Amino acid sequence: MATVEFAAAIQRHVACPIQQVTAPTVRRALAAALLGRDELRGYILDDQGRLRKHVAIFVDGAMIRDRRNLGDPVADGSEVFVVQALSGG
Amino acid sequence: MDKGNAILLATRKGLFEFRRRATADWVAGPIDFIGDPVSMVLRDPRDGTSYAALNLGHFGVKLKRRRAGQAAWKECAVPAFPKMSDAVDAPSVELIWELVAGGADEPGVLWAGTIPGGLFRSGDGGESWTLNQALWDRPERSQWCGGGYDSPGIHSVCVDPRSSRHVTVGVSTGGVWQSFDGGESWALGGGGMNAGYLPASRADDPGMQDVHRLVQCEAAPDILWVQHHCGMYRSTDGAASWQEITMARPSNFGFAVAVHPRDPQTAWFVPAVRDNCRIPVDGRFVVTRTKDGGNSFEVLSEGLPQGPAYDLVYRHGLAIDGSGERLAMGSTTGGFWISENGGNSWQCISVHLPPAYCLQFG
Repeated sequence: MATVEFAAAIQRHVACPIQQVTAPTVRRALAAALLGRDELRGYILDDQGRLRKHVAIFVDGAMIRDRRNLGDPVADGSEVFVVQALSGG
Repeated sequence: MDKGNAILLATRKGLFEFRRRATADWVAGPIDFIGDPVSMVLRDPRDGTSYAALNLGHFGVKLKRRRAGQAAWKECAVPAFPKMSDAVDAPSVELIWELVAGGADEPGVLWAGTIPGGLFRSGDGGESWTLNQALWDRPERSQWCGGGYDSPGIHSVCVDPRSSRHVTVGVSTGGVWQSFDGGESWALGGGGMNAGYLPASRADDPGMQDVHRLVQCEAAPDILWVQHHCGMYRSTDGAASWQEITMARPSNFGFAVAVHPRDPQTAWFVPAVRDNCRIPVDGRFVVTRTKDGGNSFEVLSEGLPQGPAYDLVYRHGLAIDGSGERLAMGSTTGGFWISENGGNSWQCISVHLPPAYCLQFG
């Protein structure tokens, strides 16, 4: 099992406790974490289902490389962390 | 019509409300969404429901709704483009740039204009939204351009009081479009505007015009006013043609325009120097008013800062109430003024608010 955690900045808007998922990739892990959470989905993905430009995902402390297809691998015990990228003023 | 005794002020850092007391002073009321950008606000005159569009930088666009008499805002559906393709540039709503109520005879109908240039309709008070595919599919849309933003956007939607199926929209940049069948089909408005910065062969193309703001007179809906990137325009034939207004002083550049709800000859603008110098002329912040259809203008400055002042008023930053006597204005530098006599004089409510995006009497 891997964990998917959403940063506090996201939880300010939508409550989302840490999810336990079984998934080989970030895409599958995220899909599992968002399953049944339509309200949360729009905070992370845009209209076309792409990762929002100003949202970042880390797997075990490393920022993912494949933002388009979210194909970065997720291992058993991995920690997937979804967080806001810095922007604005 | 009733005078507006409350103002909703959507800003970069939250939604502020001000209320008028019997002693004729305006006091701050509740602040909602503090710290979050609120791009648009609507108080639906049909049922008192309020809507606030948030533009959360990281997490996208959200829409909140508060029913009349309730204290809590609740999240409702957001206008969203349908899944179109896997292309990296497939559209996704970046900003709700306009939000208006449908006609009095169609409760629950809302129209939203967005960046990129989508027009969305809700038939159920924001429970769901549908992209107006007919406008989106117009081949001329490929010629629309971003006007200050990366993508074009729809910032003005006017629902004709005589027929709710007659809808007129303003696009930056993409001209004025009209539907007479509730959005089933669309036609480009007529000529008369000129985008002087374009190649001469395209400058007068109605579909290439950078309309900054479009407003319609409630009592005389065939009269429309436009603040354009290159000047001011007025139509007296329901957008079939446009006549340039050349008498405005101290300039003809700006973003906002308001029209009197009963007197189609009377309108207000907030001038800035020009497109590449978006500050008040000579650092004096003024409003201009015409009472004769644009043939002459008065410069209104009583109560407004006469320098140095560098306030700019965005396209939704000038509001007028149902009586036509009260105006409210919010600036990019946090100034907020109200006039209770048609702009003759202004009362400064604050100079320390966040940048103002949209004002509405409620």
